[in-house]
Amino acid sequence: MVKEEQPESVNRPDNTAFTQQRLPAWQPMLSAGIIIPGFVLIGLAFIGIGVALFVTSRSIQMLEMDYTGYEQNSPCFKCSDESVKNCMCNLDFNIDTLFKGPVFFYYGLSNYFQNFRRYGVSKDLDQLSGDMDAFLDPTSDCAPYQYDGNNKPIVPCGAVANSMFNDTFKLYQIVKGVKKLVPLDGKGIAWWTDYNIKYRNPTVKPLKNAFNGTVKPLNWPKPAYELDPSDPANNGFINQDFLVWLRTAALPNFSKLYRRITEGDYAEGLPAGNYSLEIAYNYPVLSFDGRKKVVFSNVSWMGGKNEFLGIAYLVIGSMCVVMSIVMLIVYAKFKFPEED
Amino acid sequence: MTWRSPLAVVRDAWRSQRAREKDLRNLVSNLPYEGLEKAKQPNRYFPGNAIKTTKYTLLLFIPMNLFEQFHRLANLYFVGLAILNFIPVVNAFQPEVALIPICVILSLTALKDAWEDFRRYQSDRKLNNTPCLIYSRKEEQFTERRWKDVRVGDFVKVFSNEIIPADLLLLHTSDPNRVCLIETANLDGETNLKQRRVVPGLCTMDPEFDPESFNGVVVCEKPNNNLNHFKCYVESPDKEKVGAGIESLLLRGCTVRNTDHAVGFVVYAGHETKSMLNNNGSRYKRSRLERRLNIDVFFCLILLFTMCLIGAVGHFVWLQALPSVPPYLVPDSKGHLDSPALSGFYMFFTMIILLQVLIPISLYVSIELVKVGQIFFITNDIDLYDEETDSRMQCRALNITEDLGQIQYIFSDKTGTLTENKMVFRRCSIMGNEYPHKENAIRLNILEEAESEDEVLFNQRPQPSQTGWSLDAEDTKPGDKHHHPGIQRKSKVSGNAKGDVAFSSPLETEVIPDRKLLQQISRPEFRIGSRQEKEPYMDFFLALAICNTVVVSMATAQRRRGSWFMPSSSTNNPLDTMSTWMKRASRIFTCWRRKPKQKRAEDSVIEEDHFNASVIREETEDVNGLQTCSLHALSQFKKPALTSDNVRYEAESPDEAALVYAAKAYGFTLLARTPDSVTVRLPSGEDLVFEVLDTLAFDSNRKRMSVLVRHPKTGEYVLYTKGADYAIMELLGTPYAEHLSGSQKNIAAETQYFLDCYAKEGLRTLCITKKVVSDKEFESWSVSRRKALAAIEKREELVMDTAVQLETNLSLLGATGIEDRLQESVPDTILALREAGIQVWVLTGDKPETAVNIGYACRLLEEEDLVINMSCKNKLNCTSILDCTLEEVRRYSADPRNVDTTPDISLVIDGRTLAMALSSDLQSRFVDLARRCRSVLCCRVTPLQKSKVVKVVREKLKVMTLAVGDGANDVNMIQAADIGVGISGQEGMQAVMASDFAISRFKHLRKLLLVHGHWCYSRLANMIIYFFYKNVAYVNLLFWYQFFCGFSGTAMIDYWLMIFFNLFFTSVPPIMFGIMDKDVSAEILMGVPELYRTGQGSGEYTFSTFWISILDAFYQSLVCFFIPYLAYQDSDIDVFTFGTPLNTISLFTILLHLSIEIKSWTVVHWAIMLGSVALYFIVTLAYSAICITCNPPSNPYWILQSQMADPIFYLICIITTVVALLPRYMFHVLRNSITPSPLLQARCLDRLNSCERDLFIKEWRGFRGGGYVKRSRLSTPPSPTLETPMDNSPQSPSASDILEDEFVLNVITENYQGPGHTKDSLVT
Repeated sequence: MVKEEQPESVNRPDNTAFTQQRLPAWQPMLSAGIIIPGFVLIGLAFIGIGVALFVTSRSIQMLEMDYTGYEQNSPCFKCSDESVKNCMCNLDFNIDTLFKGPVFFYYGLSNYFQNFRRYGVSKDLDQLSGDMDAFLDPTSDCAPYQYDGNNKPIVPCGAVANSMFNDTFKLYQIVKGVKKLVPLDGKGIAWWTDYNIKYRNPTVKPLKNAFNGTVKPLNWPKPAYELDPSDPANNGFINQDFLVWLRTAALPNFSKLYRRITEGDYAEGLPAGNYSLEIAYNYPVLSFDGRKKVVFSNVSWMGGKNEFLGIAYLVIGSMCVVMSIVMLIVYAKFKFPEED
Repeated sequence: MTWRSPLAVVRDAWRSQRAREKDLRNLVSNLPYEGLEKAKQPNRYFPGNAIKTTKYTLLLFIPMNLFEQFHRLANLYFVGLAILNFIPVVNAFQPEVALIPICVILSLTALKDAWEDFRRYQSDRKLNNTPCLIYSRKEEQFTERRWKDVRVGDFVKVFSNEIIPADLLLLHTSDPNRVCLIETANLDGETNLKQRRVVPGLCTMDPEFDPESFNGVVVCEKPNNNLNHFKCYVESPDKEKVGAGIESLLLRGCTVRNTDHAVGFVVYAGHETKSMLNNNGSRYKRSRLERRLNIDVFFCLILLFTMCLIGAVGHFVWLQALPSVPPYLVPDSKGHLDSPALSGFYMFFTMIILLQVLIPISLYVSIELVKVGQIFFITNDIDLYDEETDSRMQCRALNITEDLGQIQYIFSDKTGTLTENKMVFRRCSIMGNEYPHKENAIRLNILEEAESEDEVLFNQRPQPSQTGWSLDAEDTKPGDKHHHPGIQRKSKVSGNAKGDVAFSSPLETEVIPDRKLLQQISRPEFRIGSRQEKEPYMDFFLALAICNTVVVSMATAQRRRGSWFMPSSSTNNPLDTMSTWMKRASRIFTCWRRKPKQKRAEDSVIEEDHFNASVIREETEDVNGLQTCSLHALSQFKKPALTSDNVRYEAESPDEAALVYAAKAYGFTLLARTPDSVTVRLPSGEDLVFEVLDTLAFDSNRKRMSVLVRHPKTGEYVLYTKGADYAIMELLGTPYAEHLSGSQKNIAAETQYFLDCYAKEGLRTLCITKKVVSDKEFESWSVSRRKALAAIEKREELVMDTAVQLETNLSLLGATGIEDRLQESVPDTILALREAGIQVWVLTGDKPETAVNIGYACRLLEEEDLVINMSCKNKLNCTSILDCTLEEVRRYSADPRNVDTTPDISLVIDGRTLAMALSSDLQSRFVDLARRCRSVLCCRVTPLQKSKVVKVVREKLKVMTLAVGDGANDVNMIQAADIGVGISGQEGMQAVMASDFAISRFKHLRKLLLVHGHWCYSRLANMIIYFFYKNVAYVNLLFWYQFFCGFSGTAMIDYWLMIFFNLFFTSVPPIMFGIMDKDVSAEILMGVPELYRTGQGSGEYTFSTFWISILDAFYQSLVCFFIPYLAYQDSDIDVFTFGTPLNTISLFTILLHLSIEIKSWTVVHWAIMLGSVALYFIVTLAYSAICITCNPPSNPYWILQSQMADPIFYLICIITTVVALLPRYMFHVLRNSITPSPLLQARCLDRLNSCERDLFIKEWRGFRGGGYVKRSRLSTPPSPTLETPMDNSPQSPSASDILEDEFVLNVITENYQGPGHTKDSLVT
């Protein structure tokens, strides 16, 4: 584009398309002529996606049961009183058709603000990644769960760890009146990166020695290195339940993965029949109007059951189509400048 | 350094302060004190010549810069937020993290300041170390030192083409006439040579000047910044005082020309020199848009506080509602929980920290960047580049570009602004006889046509030879001159393309003599004194040749120009930096051609202005070896080689040159001018040397100038005076003609008649008079004159009084009419500006008749306009005229017959009436009247009135005003207007110095306003609206989240990503949008000036657009938050995994929102938009891959990666973005379809091919303007050259009507005199 061969004038501006603001440009015109087919296309595509999502979401089976024990007739009513210790209750339910596997077993809390700012901050990532120095001197973010009354450091410190969910569940299928334990798979319920990279136990063997001079969180019945007596690799900071709890939920009503049912007779899913869920009821929620629930669900490519997205796509898709019709009318009524 | 008591130091400082503050300074030579310690130096109190324009020192940079920066309110806001974040109870993020924004902004600004300061330091150092010659007593010669070594009281020697290091009192020059020529282009841009002379009393005629012999005391005034005034006297040991003024002062920064060497005494050095005192930085103006913007920022502040209040109250209510302490409620370190009310109170501040981005602080930085970009494009527009002067558009004010798009009133000067200010001698009358110079008029006509043709054909024709026009100018016979003016014109363009020498085109220099007049004076018996009746003719031309300040130089003498860095102005603005880079880059290409350059000029851009190449080599040697073999015009005057053909005249005022050339055409050639003598060659070939006794310079109060000479033949003292007719007519004594035998005509009356005719033609008139001063009168006068010149106090008044004293009883010789032609495309430009809805006012010092004619010629007034002529002598009349005119105008516009047509009312008002109309009680009525007029022409106004008019209109009507002018008399007006535009023309640079924008031609105003103004405004307005939208939309995501986290101030987006979001991911597109978006192409904007109206008033940036975009932002943020919320409800999603899609969605929404707004997409747009998206993903992915445990509480590790592996993430992103943008998109589509705005229609035109487009523009304009018929009638503009003879319309008021009536209210429609109408019988 440079026309100038010999710059005889020093101040002469460069005659380029850029400096003269003449770069070739695409100038989209927002007029109905282009918009109507565009809208129809978008609308149809959205309806397609919406149908797919909706159908998928419909095919997901989900079973949700509240066990807070708020109502009098609830099986866990007796346990909802905080003064009762080591309370156990049973939740019976039946499944009509095969609950296709793999079945995911969640526990859910509502009105629980894990996203409360000072709560989310209250942990020591150095400690949790196995830094021994942070064992004896936890970060002040953990306060007041930094030191116990005897000024001994708490490991793992902070409100998040201290408030860890500690109800436990055992699922039995009642086959001809006999309780048959359904094996629950506690491996791989946390993020792979959390388990393998982010959180680390100290390299001290045995693990117990690393915790010398520290105390367990106030609410915990057992210290961190004894969380799972059955599996030594599931203790300390890489305990899967602990990791799940550490990933603080975004919203006040949330569910967290508890176990998966993938093994034995139940690899294909939960067959139809009666089941009983044995709950060790430890976690108080009524103090903040909270609710507890258990959820059984299978998953698809779009994750858990959520009909909202499919409906949204359908609605927006049809809106686009309607809109294109409206515009067609507008188009017919008003001449467009470019068509003149 | 010896130790000195602190007391002595303090005393010394106090003394030096007092010495500097004194009104008068006594300076003595430093030489007797050479080598003594400082305390003994007599001039030690005055600063040295080293300059320091840097703001900071190396050690104190950080504290000083920080101090400077904290003067800005925005920075304090940031610091306040950062401090707030360090208070544990209210902090929202890691305290250190909150320091990032303020640190980034402070350090960026500091970096910029440091860079600028460093450049200033470099240029200072370069200047300070420039070599110069200072006299040293020890070595008994001038020795080479540096500029910084120059002190007050030194003797400095400067050579030809050298730059003067300090303000020097000229004591000696190599020139036998004791003058030194300087060029002040570096100071004021004037390229004509100015003559400085040695202080009169010190006449040492020796070839070498001995500074040691100088033993006087120089008493001078306190330094000031007036470049045209200087007062001092030299007192010799015997108490004799010799006065000296600016005419003996060599100013720092000027260049010595055509003078071998000169020696001066340093009076002011360093920062006290006039050039440094004139060196102010660029100005800061706040644009209207920015003022509006500040209101909206204030609204944002209210919004922020409301949102924070909601957060605080929400937190309180939420805490209140809790039945007991839940496990997620964390008490403070002592295990104590604050009461809900206190927590709510703290939460208010936490919210401020969290939502701080709502106040778009980065907006100010972005706006500055956008303006730099806009200015880059404006200054680089090739259409605003003037080939002749090699100057491009300059933006001197950096922050009011968008005001250019909102102009409603333009106030324009006439001379030099609308007209070329290239004066052409047109006609004259001598002793009451008119000489119309018809051939000359024909020549001018043809020349003009040829000129326009020539420009078109220029590229195709072969280059003409380099022979200058002036060599063959006189050889060609007058008869065949008009056959090839085109070629002459061309040679001017090619041979003298720089055009830095004024009055060099054949247009101005050649005058074809009137045959009748030529016969009159060239009769064989015409000799001096031979016949009495010829004498007035003789005197007339002698007066033309003598009575001026024209400097004579040789046409063949070369001049070299070096542009010299003005230390601070060149580094003050970022744009200069930018253009310097560009220049540097381009210099790489050209430097190989410029290698053999002199050592000293490496820093400056050198332009060689030469007539033939061989001279350059000579000159290079000249500077290198400081040996001279240059061609000095003055030193060669005495040589026989000098002919009348190759003289060239350089005048400070163009009409002087025109008159000298006119005299030359009749054979009265001005050959040389020294302070003491003028040499004129007569037609007979005889050279007359007049002794010049005094020159009474022109000033605007007297409106005349005189030269007092002694006639070489008769020996009598003759005073030649020329001046404005009304200034001269009062001073006439007995008519010159009275002693003539036979004819007893009243020359004055005759001449006055012709003067009025000239004025009606639009010519500038001057009267020429003569007075013979008797010896006795002269003696007594010269005594008082000398006294006045040596005075320091009230010197101006005394000098003027003496001038007035002498200028009495003049005898009229005749009058001249000089044409000042309109600049090219002025009528088109004014028409376009008026179609753009801009009211154009012309304010001129000319007579009403001249002004009205120019008004018609430049289409300020149209033939069918209703022209109201206001002229009255007392206030009572003025009031009644105003009242009834206003009534008339109201009736006129209310008249049903005039409803369809736009009421084209024009007002012509003269200075005296204007003064009354602007008095406080009539002001509002006048403004009301003026508001209804389409154009206003003010005549005979003073500079002060010009600015008063601008101020009154600006304040009363609350409109955007622009003032455009070229001369020093326009400076007030330029500064009073919202935007001042200076035209860098023939009258120096004062107007440009005061202006915000400098252009070289009036026609450039059209593109500057219609295209760049429109673009800058719409770009910036849209960008600002978008910026507000962007911040609100993004911040509201955080706000909505507060409803789901107990109003605890949690952010679900990692803080680093939040900062990056504003800093990198979404910052460049809006800036690019503000710099490069193009709603309508330049061609359409130029073709359809009506489009400009969209920006006037409040334009696109209004209250409603702001709030609509804020509402849209709320809607979009709601969508962006709640669709993901509903999609992730009840799931196991964690805080920051939830935030990731939100962040991504808002990135897409915000960028796609912008792409709906972008009107044209170039490669740059695509690159930046896609680049921003790519940058987001790259940075976020990298960050979430690297940051494993950093930046608690967010755990960004692998979050985006895991999200991107999830199809739901994409599905949510797509639907949310679509839903968020749908309403805006629909709104645009429907608005464009149902009620397309003019701008949109114009955009449609853009897509047509050029042929169709032109057709369409024509039709459209006819339709829209409602005045198509009228315009087509006018499409052949009346020729501005006044040669079409027409009848004088009967009802047009004659000049005497206007002058003599008590008051005249001429409401004349239709046939008021057009430009060509005034041609009268004189032509034939």
